[in-house]
Amino acid sequence: MSIQDQVIRILAEQAVLEPSDVTMDSTLEDLGIDSMGVVESIFAIEEVFDISVPFNANQPADSDFDISSVASIVAGIKRLKAEQG
Amino acid sequence: MKRVVITGAGTINALGLNVPDTMAAMQNGRCGIGKLEFRDVERLSIQIGGQVKNFPPPERYNRQQLSLYDRFTQFTLDAAEQAISQSGLVFSGELSAKAGVVLGTAGGGVSTWDDNYRAVYEEGKNRVHPFVVPKLMNNAAASHVSMEHNLKGPSFTVSTACASSNHAMAQAFAMVRSGMAPAMVTGGSESMLCFGGVKAWEGLRVMSRDACRPFSANRNGMVQGEGAGIFVFEEYEHARARGADILCEVAGFAMTSDASDIVTPSKAGAARAMKGALQDAQINADQVGYINAHGTGTAANDKTECAAVADVFGPHADRLMISSTKSMHGHLIGGTGAVELLACIMALRDGVIAPTIGYQEPDPECALDVVPNEARDAKVSIVLSNAFAFGGLNAVIALRKV
Repeated sequence: MSIQDQVIRILAEQAVLEPSDVTMDSTLEDLGIDSMGVVESIFAIEEVFDISVPFNANQPADSDFDISSVASIVAGIKRLKAEQG
Repeated sequence: MKRVVITGAGTINALGLNVPDTMAAMQNGRCGIGKLEFRDVERLSIQIGGQVKNFPPPERYNRQQLSLYDRFTQFTLDAAEQAISQSGLVFSGELSAKAGVVLGTAGGGVSTWDDNYRAVYEEGKNRVHPFVVPKLMNNAAASHVSMEHNLKGPSFTVSTACASSNHAMAQAFAMVRSGMAPAMVTGGSESMLCFGGVKAWEGLRVMSRDACRPFSANRNGMVQGEGAGIFVFEEYEHARARGADILCEVAGFAMTSDASDIVTPSKAGAARAMKGALQDAQINADQVGYINAHGTGTAANDKTECAAVADVFGPHADRLMISSTKSMHGHLIGGTGAVELLACIMALRDGVIAPTIGYQEPDPECALDVVPNEARDAKVSIVLSNAFAFGGLNAVIALRKV
């Protein structure tokens, strides 16, 4: 499964939606994922991709990981995987 | 109804191993938060905390005691010794039969759980020490205080996360006020600064990696602390009759439940608790000079708490002072309200308002007088101490100068 498909699966499960309802342009807010849901989704991403995501719920905008859309999350994961080597 | 006063106080926390040192640190705006030191700390992404160093001193507790006393019990026993000794009370006869101890803790013997899970899971051992259960149980500290000081009245432990010690002290206050007990030992204690304790908190993603800066626009989370605060609450006439030194009066309290969310705080729940405490103490809002804030330094708490204060106090919210001493000693979770009560006593008795240190940038959502960075001399006669817990359980205590 591609990174994109895996992220969509994680977010769809969190939002209790079908993966087909989640697009690359969706924001977490569009999907109805609240702040606790965000923290759980990031935990799932870390587990699935074996990475550590720099995310502080107090200042999501200042975190070094952009969660503004599915696309930005996918890009962030690719970067972290690349940094991991 | 009886009047209730505080006649003894004791503490162990990152700012000091007794009340005078802690108050001096608060007065000087000293920060007790630093690099954590314990096994496996290098595997944590959060490596700072308000850790108590140089405690217990060697030989403070003997080998037999250490096999029964988790760190949260060690903190409690030492702080209780300080408080009871200051009060001058000796519990015997009828006083002993009626006086009890009500304490707060969120986690109890967290490091005992941690050490023994490590032994059986990581190290593959198949045997643990026979006293693991009596050492880790949440009521261990209360029970050891009762045994040490001959307290045979109502004794138990309250566990409501970050409001535990405020709930406990409110309970002790109610017992003395009703005439059920002439005196109660109360407060709270916490010791979660171990690998498993901090790892669990990391998961929530609300911890700061560098500092606790309550109300500052650039705040980025809470910092954990550890320690205990213990007090003697005594019926006013009982204290006067024996010529006790009265630190202040406990005037009232209120407890509310948000009944809304397991972690997100509610302005309405916090406001109802503050308003309730004023009503219970028969105090007008404009008499309050200082509030010791819950002030965790998270985005969510601080703006919700400031909005609740604005709601309850109206225009007076701009005249009163509100500070968070968590910026100095960290968040002691179930013990936090007890250590923060010391800042309230200092305000009433010494006329010194503890600052919110680490304050760097004003936040329009926290536009109150947060006593930034430096303590202030001010005469206040009524103060509040706020505690708002995960789970939406709130407890606010009102105190009065005597």
